Amino acid sequence: MEWETVIGCEIHTQLATKSKIFSGAATAYGAEPNTQACAVDLGLPGVLPVLNKEAVRMAVMFGLAVNAEIGKRSVFARKNYFYPDLPKGYQISQFELPIVGKGELSIELEDGQSKVVGITRAHLEEDAGKSLHEDFHGMTGIDLNRAGTPLLEIVSDPDMRSGKEAAAYMRKVHSLVTCLGICDGNLQEGSFRCDVNVSVRPKGQAEYGTRAEIKNLNSFRFVEKAVEYEVARQIAIIEGGGKVVQETRLFDADKGETRSMRSKEEANDYRYFPDPDLLPVVIEDDFIEALRATLPELPDARKLRFIEAFGLSAYDAAFLTGSRELGDYFEAVAKATGEAKLAANWVMGELSAALNRADTGIADSPISAVQLAGLIARIKDNTISGKIAKEVFEAMWNGEGDADQVIDKKGLKQITDSGAIEAIIDEVLANNAAQVDNYRNAEPDKRGKMIGFFVGQVMKASQGKANPGQVNQLLKAKLDG
Amino acid sequence: MHTKTLAELSAGLAAGEFTSVELTEHFLARIRQYDGELNSFITVSEEQALEQARAADVRRGAGKAGPLTGIPLAHKDIFCTDGVRTSCASKMLDPFIAPYDATVVARLGEAGMVMLGKTNMDEFAMGSSNETSYYGPVKNPWDTQSVPGGSSGGSAASVAARLAPAATGTDTGGSIRQPAALCGITGLKPTYGRVSRYGMIAFASSLDQAGPMAASAEDCALLLNAMAGFDGRDSTSAEREVPDYHAALGGDIQGLRIGLPKEYFGEGLDPQVAAAVQAAITEYKKLGAELVEISLPNTHLAVPTYYVVAPAECSSNLSRMDGVRFGYRCEDPKDLEDLYKRSRGEGFGPEVKRRIMVGAYALSSGYYDAYYLKAQQIRQLISRDFIEAFKQVDVILGPTTPTPAFRLGEKKDDPVAMYLADIYTIAVNLAGLPGMSLPCGFADKLPVGLQLIGNYFDEARLLNVAHQYQLATDWHRHLPDGF
Amino acid sequence: MALEREDVHTIAHLARLAIEDEDVPAYAENLSNILALVEQMSAVDTRGVEPMAHPLAMVQRLREDEVTEENQREHFQQHAPAVENGLYLVPKVIE
Repeated sequence: MEWETVIGCEIHTQLATKSKIFSGAATAYGAEPNTQACAVDLGLPGVLPVLNKEAVRMAVMFGLAVNAEIGKRSVFARKNYFYPDLPKGYQISQFELPIVGKGELSIELEDGQSKVVGITRAHLEEDAGKSLHEDFHGMTGIDLNRAGTPLLEIVSDPDMRSGKEAAAYMRKVHSLVTCLGICDGNLQEGSFRCDVNVSVRPKGQAEYGTRAEIKNLNSFRFVEKAVEYEVARQIAIIEGGGKVVQETRLFDADKGETRSMRSKEEANDYRYFPDPDLLPVVIEDDFIEALRATLPELPDARKLRFIEAFGLSAYDAAFLTGSRELGDYFEAVAKATGEAKLAANWVMGELSAALNRADTGIADSPISAVQLAGLIARIKDNTISGKIAKEVFEAMWNGEGDADQVIDKKGLKQITDSGAIEAIIDEVLANNAAQVDNYRNAEPDKRGKMIGFFVGQVMKASQGKANPGQVNQLLKAKLDG
Repeated sequence: MHTKTLAELSAGLAAGEFTSVELTEHFLARIRQYDGELNSFITVSEEQALEQARAADVRRGAGKAGPLTGIPLAHKDIFCTDGVRTSCASKMLDPFIAPYDATVVARLGEAGMVMLGKTNMDEFAMGSSNETSYYGPVKNPWDTQSVPGGSSGGSAASVAARLAPAATGTDTGGSIRQPAALCGITGLKPTYGRVSRYGMIAFASSLDQAGPMAASAEDCALLLNAMAGFDGRDSTSAEREVPDYHAALGGDIQGLRIGLPKEYFGEGLDPQVAAAVQAAITEYKKLGAELVEISLPNTHLAVPTYYVVAPAECSSNLSRMDGVRFGYRCEDPKDLEDLYKRSRGEGFGPEVKRRIMVGAYALSSGYYDAYYLKAQQIRQLISRDFIEAFKQVDVILGPTTPTPAFRLGEKKDDPVAMYLADIYTIAVNLAGLPGMSLPCGFADKLPVGLQLIGNYFDEARLLNVAHQYQLATDWHRHLPDGF
Repeated sequence: MALEREDVHTIAHLARLAIEDEDVPAYAENLSNILALVEQMSAVDTRGVEPMAHPLAMVQRLREDEVTEENQREHFQQHAPAVENGLYLVPKVIE
């Protein structure tokens, strides 16, 4: 039987406000436990929530960026359940009337095609605290610093059909929220987390299969792998005559498996009702229009501009608009050098690889855009070859200075003086008399291949600094002449 | 000193007849003498009281005293008081020392008032007799075999016996007005949003409102001046100017249109209570008011509606009482579920548990529309009744309660009979209107309360209507024997 | 609507309340009586009536995004039931 996978995502984006959604406590990451949990965040008796204006502004910005209907009147509701990281015994969320209604965005697939994914809704809610499972004599420790951090939960339609699509969707939302500046996008710190609902159905069937929800995926790669594992698991169950159980699962990144979450086994009855401590949030048209005017260039528009202005491929343009910082970086390098393609190759190649190896982001790159542009300028003016440039890049990454400083210090300047190159060639030819004879006795159509040996020897003897074009030309003249 | 009104105490302090320390010591002595029998206080904060009294005297010496500076009062134990146990009369919060002051407490403190202690109440304000308190029932000073009403029973009894010249209360379905009526004092529930709810432990958030309880309408006006006003910490707090309620007293009520809802004078109303209220109506006629019969046709639905809305909100509000961050925690929980269930099962009394369960049920999947949504719709109908009525009249008048104080234990095991004690007060909370109760006579030596209901944010008029009555009568000056 | 003992157990679990077995019949009876009282609502025609969540027709006020709260951990944890290294302790949470 042929199976079709159906995936919908719920992405929790922490909004980059200074204070919590309903209190004046700080939202900074990494503070000592419970030092950023004020009376409101702790749910002490008698405290009340007051809504943060900035959280509302950010939610509306997102809504505008995905062409969504903005909820002119949205209502906060209580989602009731008991859990130690949920101090009040309910989460303040939105249920019937969310702040962002139906919208859509497009994702880029590997084959260069794009696909539109529907946004069902996006609503404001408060984050929960954290349970720390280190051993406190068999107890769990609760840190409520994160409790009350504003979240925008973005719910997609079940429009994705593969793990790759789900990951592409997650990337796209990530690029959007970071571009808007409403989320710092930090996956490691949990600023951007994805729950995926996965089901399978026989191809052609209209009804959805029973879905499993995989919670708290904080990497694009994990989303893809978790979906792949889950799809295989569900198909195996059905083909084995079993039934998929609707449940919440966790992805174990080390094993590459999903497993059932015991704590969420029980069917929850959340008893949603409008929070009587909060009043309806009314958003006026002029507020929306004023915000629309402040929207930055969005990834899709920027991608188009990169394709048109810089002649980039759709794939490269999509990659480079993956985050605002990355796009800004690329654009700075491209403009400073006037070599957009070279800039794209370096940013997507050496730089991205090095950032990945160092597990860091573009914002923390040890090589600035100005510095990378300096390196590319030296390739362009033939001061160094592309190959030497990689060596210079290494040194720059390690903090040894700008491209010019490294080239000077290490004496990497390309040799373009014909006399100097000829001297090296003469030495190489003298040391390889037998090969020279072979070359000269060979048929002219075989010589093309054979010259490579001499080029290699000359480059080696010049420590890679001889201009490869000149080496070729001079060698040919000497051997054939 | 204890027979004086706040206005008289204020004048006495200003004239140097006595100091705040002397006044405070006097009331503390009365509490020591009488409260063993009444049980109107859960906590007496003697040291802090004297410290505050000394500070008030210093402030007065510096010429910075306001009208309430140096006057003692008692806070219902539902208001958080920094450093002082705030129990809500529950075992659950018996160990809870609030780490901050409620806005009401802070404002009255800034006015220079001296806190004598925290008064007894029904557990989490759920009750109409003060019998659900973890600390035992409060006795009615007029008859110690009878209940003081609830939930602000300790506040009402302490003021009635003049163990405190005034007290704060909260009113979710009648919890200021009903005990004020049963104890023969004056109490005001302001318009929803008039007084900040911050730091007031929530029972039903869309109904709760704090207000003053004192010997007279004039005293209530003085207190409301300090209590009312916008608070940035409460999203439901009204951003409206606060008039000077005390200064607004005094205009005559010639031509005032008083509405008499026929539904408040029907079956179930005790004849002696009816007679006392009729006498008050006659008094108002003498004062020049015009009496208009009106109808509030959905009155009979108020109690059923309330017993969905209030439990639903309370079931959620009380979820934070889970034994994790504050309050009672059961011994040796074997796992997380055990921690929750036993801490809550042992920490809450039966009435609180009943209401939490009713609320959880009304909100649960499959029942929400039939219970919660329906109740919200009927709440709308009940509110519209009042809006219609206020097109014809300026205030509404009726009895506060159907009967005077009932005997301790009489309704304890019959929740529904107990709920009906609030039949005339509950609709006011559903609509969010201001209402007050003032003494208007006696039935078998027990006080009878007269209820006045005003339009939204019309407290100034309401207080003056009560004040004019109290200028013409002396029911509010009667004191129970033996105190 | 009369509640059975089983219903009481279900609701008590939902609300995380331990109820002694011997108390269950009394709760079943009391809760049933309360629900019978509430049942009067069902006779009312409420078609088209806007549900009323708040007494006042106000809208939510928005707070400026400013950090106004300082760390008061020690003050808040002074009377907490179980605390270690600044964390609140609970029986082991299993995920």
